[in-house]
Amino acid sequence: MSAKVLTITSGKGGVGKTTATANIGAALAKRGQKVACIDADIGLRNLDVVMGLENRIVYDLVDAVEGRCRLNQAMIKDKYIPGLYLIPSAQTRDKTAVSPSDMIRLCNELRSDLDWILIDSPAGIERGFKNAIAPADEVLVITNPEVSAVRDADRIIGIVEAEEKGSPRLLLNRLNPEMVKQNNMLSADDVVDLLAIHLLGIIPEDKAVLISTNKGTPIALDEKSLAGQAYRNIAQRLLGEDVPLLDLDKGSGFFNRISSVFGSGEK
Amino acid sequence: MDNFIKRIFSKEPSSADQAKDRLRLVLINDRTDLSSEAMESLKDDLLDVLSRYIKIDPKSVRIDITQEGRQQRLIADIPIAGPVSRKY
Repeated sequence: MSAKVLTITSGKGGVGKTTATANIGAALAKRGQKVACIDADIGLRNLDVVMGLENRIVYDLVDAVEGRCRLNQAMIKDKYIPGLYLIPSAQTRDKTAVSPSDMIRLCNELRSDLDWILIDSPAGIERGFKNAIAPADEVLVITNPEVSAVRDADRIIGIVEAEEKGSPRLLLNRLNPEMVKQNNMLSADDVVDLLAIHLLGIIPEDKAVLISTNKGTPIALDEKSLAGQAYRNIAQRLLGEDVPLLDLDKGSGFFNRISSVFGSGEK
Repeated sequence: MDNFIKRIFSKEPSSADQAKDRLRLVLINDRTDLSSEAMESLKDDLLDVLSRYIKIDPKSVRIDITQEGRQQRLIADIPIAGPVSRKY
């Protein structure tokens, strides 16, 4: 095995990097892949709570980098999905505790034992972000259909390209199809047109995401949720499968979906 | 339906269209590191130089930065009004 290192980043905070990391990791592991999710946001640890593993932390990323533990001691097994691991960030240190070359060395040590290494990048374009993209084989930029988030995404794409990491692929999070229909939200086409990079997936706005985060369970395992479906589709695309983008016009309502199954959908 | 009627009778573009138009300009500024003032002075300088050789009607000149994928392109459409009347 030689893992692919995938860094999820955004520039702007609060657009869904951590949730996306946790759920893409869960969806990949659910398909039999061996996955480690690394929280690279040192000092602002949060991938652990999103994955529901906050009570199992003994060692963290900085302990592993500074040699206070073996790397596999810092890898926490997921509660639900075999083959999924978390390397938590340190809460009491800051981003200078780790360097880009530390991250490259750490990922190289992990590669032989895994299929995927997902890195949850901190917001911003400083040291923490540089740490997160240094070992990346591919970068995913996540944004919301909102002016500030799209602008920051564009800046990040420019930096990633300048660092010769190739053209990143785009995740569009929290799209509200109803608002797009009313012409009150940028559509996926608008965002792709502006940013001019390949769209890997659209995650619709879905209350079930917050509910699952509250519980510390991945939405990607929720068969009924449209956002969960979106994450499962993204994982399949990462595995090279050709899965069409979700048809969000059908709506996420139960009746809408039932009626579309019976061929009497509105659209 | 309400929204549809509102849109027909109001002159204001939809908020999504406004977002897209504003972003288009902001992204060009960010990517080229060229403010709209700098762009104006670039145009003025360009026309100054060109007017030494050809006659230009400043009103018919179009100079814009356009986006092609992630590449920016400076496009100038400058109709030539005639030769500069030479003094010698």
